[in-house]
Amino acid sequence: MAKVLVFIDNPGTSLKKSSLELLTLGRSIGETAVALNGKLHDDVAAAFAEYGVGTVLLPSAEDLDDFLVAPKAAYLAAAAGQAGADIVLLDNSPEGKEIAARAGIRLNAGVITDVVAVDADGTAHKSVLAGSYNTACKAGTAVSVLTVKANNVLPEPAAAPAALETVTVEVPAVSAAARITAREQKVASGRPDLTDARIVVAGGRGLDGDFGPVEELADALGAAVGASRAATDAGWISHDAQVGQTGKTVSPQLYISAGISGAIQQKAGMQTAKVIVAVNKDAESPVFEIADFGIVGDLFDVLPQATAEIKKRKG
Amino acid sequence: MEDSLKIIVLVKHVPDAQFDRHLTGEGYTTDRDESILSELDEYALEAALQLAEARGGAKAGNQVIALSMGPSGAVNAIKKALQIGATEGVHLTDDALAGSDAAATSLALAAAIRHLGSGAPVDLVLTGMASTDGETSLVPAQLAERLDLPQVTFASSLEVDGGRLTARRDADTSSETVEAPLPAVVSVTDQINEPRYPNFKGIIAAKRKSITTLSLADIGVDPAQVGHAGSWTSVLSAEERPPRTAGTIITDEGDAGIKLVDFLAAQKLL
Ligand SMILES: Cc1cc2nc3c(=O)[nH]c(=O)nc-3n(C[C@H](O)[C@H](O)[C@H](O)COP(=O)(O)OP(=O)(O)OC[C@H]3O[C@@H](n4cnc5c(N)ncnc54)[C@H](O)[C@@H]3O)c2cc1C
Ligand SMILES: Nc1ncnc2c1ncn2[C@@H]1O[C@H](COP(=O)(O)O)[C@@H](O)[C@H]1O
Repeated sequence: MAKVLVFIDNPGTSLKKSSLELLTLGRSIGETAVALNGKLHDDVAAAFAEYGVGTVLLPSAEDLDDFLVAPKAAYLAAAAGQAGADIVLLDNSPEGKEIAARAGIRLNAGVITDVVAVDADGTAHKSVLAGSYNTACKAGTAVSVLTVKANNVLPEPAAAPAALETVTVEVPAVSAAARITAREQKVASGRPDLTDARIVVAGGRGLDGDFGPVEELADALGAAVGASRAATDAGWISHDAQVGQTGKTVSPQLYISAGISGAIQQKAGMQTAKVIVAVNKDAESPVFEIADFGIVGDLFDVLPQATAEIKKRKG
Repeated sequence: MEDSLKIIVLVKHVPDAQFDRHLTGEGYTTDRDESILSELDEYALEAALQLAEARGGAKAGNQVIALSMGPSGAVNAIKKALQIGATEGVHLTDDALAGSDAAATSLALAAAIRHLGSGAPVDLVLTGMASTDGETSLVPAQLAERLDLPQVTFASSLEVDGGRLTARRDADTSSETVEAPLPAVVSVTDQINEPRYPNFKGIIAAKRKSITTLSLADIGVDPAQVGHAGSWTSVLSAEERPPRTAGTIITDEGDAGIKLVDFLAAQKLL
């Protein structure tokens, strides 16, 4: 049976949904262990056991967070060696991909990013060229390192919980690493996280500085708020909300685009959404070429009317 | 005046995303008929030019070397970089490189960078945040690992002073200040600057700039380590997804908000 190592970075006091997804995926392929960075809280240890994790590896050093990527990758590679892992799974976050990139070199292991499914033999499935192709890829190396996109696995505890043991991994010295000298926490919006929200309502230049109609519709739907680069560049909303080639890639059940023309770089981040709704006053906007339901109209009329109607129906 | 810098900017030649892009042939590589300088690499080039100009530019000995690995057409990405302002170009090209994955690409680029640093050492390697075709962002981190240099990725600002760099990096939950000694590998985001366009003077000046061609033999890389043969990952199959097609388009007649909610209800999305 394949040995799978799941990397989990600073879970704090509870595991994120995407971590539970990785554990569930890992178990479907083989025997799972976790390489943890950060403190192992009791509740997290309990969750690991519940998800069938037998071993948690912990780094000998506590300062991995003070440097950019390199020491975490060195730790993960050492942990994979120690655990005899055949497959290493990580989050598909920018940092997850970079840790994977470097650990891959250390392990002489092929790295595949943006994975949505993994077969028992390690074949990984992903889409490329902004969602225009579905591909199957495989690492020909003894170890493969895969970064897995959120929301593609249903988290499920193991039939029988495992007895958890912890093991320390000696972190190899890394001579050349950039030091993180300051860190400013961002304030959470209280809305669902953009990358794994079921519904996203996004606004563009057509909002003309006023995100109110988009936010109100998002809240009525329990959705995350997204934006085009024109809107983030103008400073109307944080860069974190940007969807597209240089922002986030989202694949929600529903993407509502308002006042966004649908440039190729915007489409790159949202065209794999299940259902796309577009509101734009220009009937010639390219966004209508990919919309399942398009409304040629003024968003300042359409959005508030829809919000009020949703509230009315939900009572 | 601050010390002059020797900067290598990595520029990739990629299919233009404005056209349909296709995966072809053995190994399902991208078809490069309509190709351009990857637009995200223009931000790296601009960052390099600004650092060089702040130190007196080419006249003061600053070098901005545009390095591209790819088939013959990749020379066009280098030419564009020279027109924009790079001081010289280097084209790493070899038939054996075709089909290289990120690991093989970073191996070859690392060897080329070592080769280019064998005389005067390189101070900075600047890259884009991702290639617009591969979109993996693996190459910069793998280069840093292979060259054993500090990695500063996704920089949204970059300053260099007295042999050290300071950068800002925006992550989802926090924004970080990062410091490292030179030399370092730095990838930059599209937030860092506003890339310039080549102007007439630049286009004329580019004609006199040199482009060096390097083969695998020149940089001491065994052809078996790169290309399809040397790659650690391979694409087993690729299936084109049917393009999205337009659905129902209506014009607002005063009740489009209601119709929108009807549509969501019919799709069970409420
Ligand atoms: C390297 C690079 C990377 C990029 N990355 C991204 C990215 O990640 N994400 C991204 O989104 N863009 C990105 N862009 C920018 C992209 O090319 C477009 O410029 C941008 O998406 C345009 O944003 P927009 O649609 O909001 O603005 P516009 O193109 O100006 O469109 C505004 C739309 O609003 C409509 N409108 C105006 N008023 C109303 C109203 N009252 N009611 C209804 N509709 C109205 C107009 O008809 C128009 O279609 C990138 C560009 C580059 C060069
Ligand atoms: N073949 C190549 N030639 C030159 N630079 C490259 C090449 N491939 C990747 N890069 C650089 O690495 C960055 C990230 O690419 P990627 O890892 O493919 O997303 C790009 O923006 C380029 O700066």
